[in-house]
Amino acid sequence: MEIFNIQGGARLDGRKSLTAHLKILTMPTPDILHVPLQQHIGAPAEPIVSHGDYVLKGQLIADSKGVVSAPVHAPTSGTVKRIGDFPAPHPSGLPVLTLTLEPDGLDKWVKLPEPLDMTKATSQEIADRVAQAGIVGMGGATFPSAVKLNLGQRYNLEMLVINGAECEPYLTCDDRLMQERTEKTIIGIKAMMQALGVSKSLVAIEANKPEAFKAMEEGCANVAGIDIVHVPARYPMGSEKHLVQALTGKETPAKGMTADLGIVVHNVATAYAVYEAVYLGRPLISRIVTVSGEVIRKPGNYDTLIGTPVSSLIEMSGGMSEEPKQLLMGGPMMGQPIPELDVPIIKGSSGILALKDTEMKDQNVMPCIGCGSCVTVCPVGLLPLDLAARIGHEDVDGADSIGVRDCVSCGSCNYVCPSHIPLVQYFNYAKGRLKEQDIERKNQDRMKILAEKRALRDENDQLDLERKRADKTAFKQAMVKMDATATVGQHNENAGHKTNNGMDIQ
Amino acid sequence: MTQIPPMSGPYLRKNKSVRRSMLLVMAALTPATAYGFYLFGWPSIILFCITLGSAMIFEVICLLLAKRSVSIFALDGSALLTAWLLAISMPPWAPWWIAVVGSGIAIIIGKQVFGGLGQNVFNPAMVARVALLISFPLEMTTYMPPIDFMSAGAPSFMDGMGIIFGTANFDAVSSASLLDSIKTNIGQGKALGDIMEGQYSPVNWALGNSISSIGEGAALLLIAGGVALIFGRIITWYIPVSTLVTIAVFATIFNLYDGSKYPDAMVHLLSGATMLAVFFIATDPVTSPMSPKGQIVFGIGLGALVYIIRTWAAYPEGMSFAILLMNALTPLIDRYVRPRIFGRTRKGDPLNLSEKP
Repeated sequence: MEIFNIQGGARLDGRKSLTAHLKILTMPTPDILHVPLQQHIGAPAEPIVSHGDYVLKGQLIADSKGVVSAPVHAPTSGTVKRIGDFPAPHPSGLPVLTLTLEPDGLDKWVKLPEPLDMTKATSQEIADRVAQAGIVGMGGATFPSAVKLNLGQRYNLEMLVINGAECEPYLTCDDRLMQERTEKTIIGIKAMMQALGVSKSLVAIEANKPEAFKAMEEGCANVAGIDIVHVPARYPMGSEKHLVQALTGKETPAKGMTADLGIVVHNVATAYAVYEAVYLGRPLISRIVTVSGEVIRKPGNYDTLIGTPVSSLIEMSGGMSEEPKQLLMGGPMMGQPIPELDVPIIKGSSGILALKDTEMKDQNVMPCIGCGSCVTVCPVGLLPLDLAARIGHEDVDGADSIGVRDCVSCGSCNYVCPSHIPLVQYFNYAKGRLKEQDIERKNQDRMKILAEKRALRDENDQLDLERKRADKTAFKQAMVKMDATATVGQHNENAGHKTNNGMDIQ
Repeated sequence: MTQIPPMSGPYLRKNKSVRRSMLLVMAALTPATAYGFYLFGWPSIILFCITLGSAMIFEVICLLLAKRSVSIFALDGSALLTAWLLAISMPPWAPWWIAVVGSGIAIIIGKQVFGGLGQNVFNPAMVARVALLISFPLEMTTYMPPIDFMSAGAPSFMDGMGIIFGTANFDAVSSASLLDSIKTNIGQGKALGDIMEGQYSPVNWALGNSISSIGEGAALLLIAGGVALIFGRIITWYIPVSTLVTIAVFATIFNLYDGSKYPDAMVHLLSGATMLAVFFIATDPVTSPMSPKGQIVFGIGLGALVYIIRTWAAYPEGMSFAILLMNALTPLIDRYVRPRIFGRTRKGDPLNLSEKP
């Protein structure tokens, strides 16, 4: 198949060999699970159990709230110890509402919903099942998957693209999944195609994963409509819009979605989760996590319950040989630093990395020498150095005018910068500021409209009042005149006319 | 800029730094420079060392005055590279004070007054070279034919010191560079064929066995260094290729038009500072455009200016002037030549799906 060129992109040192050859191991149930109620983009789920309740594995413990939201299920059976704030796996370490569960070790399942009869399941039924299972985009974006499976109702869709690019270095969880759970993943893809109402699907795998490619191709040998495609290992190939461009040559308009082109992209791990939900009735309560980095003694891929503390997972991986220079959740390009080891694994956690000083980027920031490496590498066609210069002078509007909002924060520019300028940091800052400004402007606009409405109302009230007053005076005058004519006599023709006027006003 | 920022992503290691780039450029210059030393002997080595040493002294003084970290900025390699480029574009036996004044102009006026590394508008080495050329035309255009180390007439170290510091009167024939003599003689109405009689030798130019500055001569060694830098991803091919092609096109057109007046492309490409400039000076990241397209525009402009200045202006060596002029245009190029943003038209509106982008 023809692969189209994408603009820019960086060739990264993949460092996947640390874990790529290792079979997925199952992480045993830890002593405690911290299950955050917001693990997705959108509104947080609302707890429906309370302190001290006994819950079964797979039982709904927090229900979704709103259209863009996802429910949360108990990862194992046990007792709810606490519902309250707990540090989120986010660099800020800010607390989020989290349900703490003490497992009873029995791992007893709740009665699961019946598998869907796929011969006659409608697209809505599949999407509903996926929604009930709390499935979110597992590549890290964590957007509720059901919303994206429902797009067939609003868009004229042609194709499903399964993202098995896994372009982040170190991570191999999707690679292993495609090799070890090939068949089920493919069944999941079929279910997704049925939900979207498309007959064609492309599974994109970066060229650095030949085994996964082979496994998937063999698995699809007798499956109609699914093609496995090698895409070049060029970061950020896994970016939705870039992947679609590489596969079809079509460019998603700015501010638009790939659905505008008739294409929906889902992560390959999401496809596996869809299989479990549709065919087994199981909610999303575990995921495969790559634990890697040179500090980790026994790197590997672990099938891990959602809510497992990072510390338990690291312990399972043989612990750390030394104090890591950096602990990350996700890949080294777009992953986030972990504030502490107690934070839990969530639905979007593709990896836990503990990095040594020697495998990390140099942090000595030098002045920009204008080499333009960042321009060449930018997959969006931005001028990162120009943006950074403007943002450095607090000119966020200037940065906006040259496209900072189009930045996908992939970090390629930052990676190639010989001066080690924290470019992405600048852009994220500017995007935050612009968002704030937008909200402020919106609020101001609303205030202005309200104020205008009020002014108008006041004016109307005033007018009403004046009219009423005028009416009153006119009426009084008329009455006075009427009295006068009555007493003076009926010879005056005009008087009668005036009275009529007065009556009209009444 | 010196404080350690809080750790921000991405975290993946990449062995790239300003110092590494500067060192690699110097490494790529080493063969051509070493060959220059071989051709021109001790005087050129002494001159080279004076230029680099004085540049470092000026750099440290400036950094101290600006209260910036000497250990970080003086060792970033940029001052050394500037001085290196200046030194090898000087006549091999120029007096010591030319070197000192030159590096002073390059470091102080060319770079530090703008705010140091990354802030200068013009290439510092070219600023210094042009300033010297205009101020001291005699010293800057007195060239020596190569006398290699092995030959009997080569000056010893002490002779070299004497030549550079002006205490010895070494007996050498000074002469003009090829472009110089073409310029002067065409001006006097001679035909190109007569001027170049016995001088037309692309092989010698390519090897560097010609009258030139210390490091400008060996075109092949310079090309090799430049190509290595391109493959090492230190520089891009856009400026060198677009400049060379433009010069070649201009030279060929005019040579075909009147071969007795306009030398062919070989003369323009292989003599003078062409190869040194297109690979090592015009590609200076600070003073060249940032986008690939901008760099191509820059290269075309540079090539055209070089040819125009060499052919019709008063100075035979157009390269340094052309580079300064294009440096001045760089902000303008950067303003107007920008890549198209993903999902948007050139004007910046979101793509309209019913039309082709």
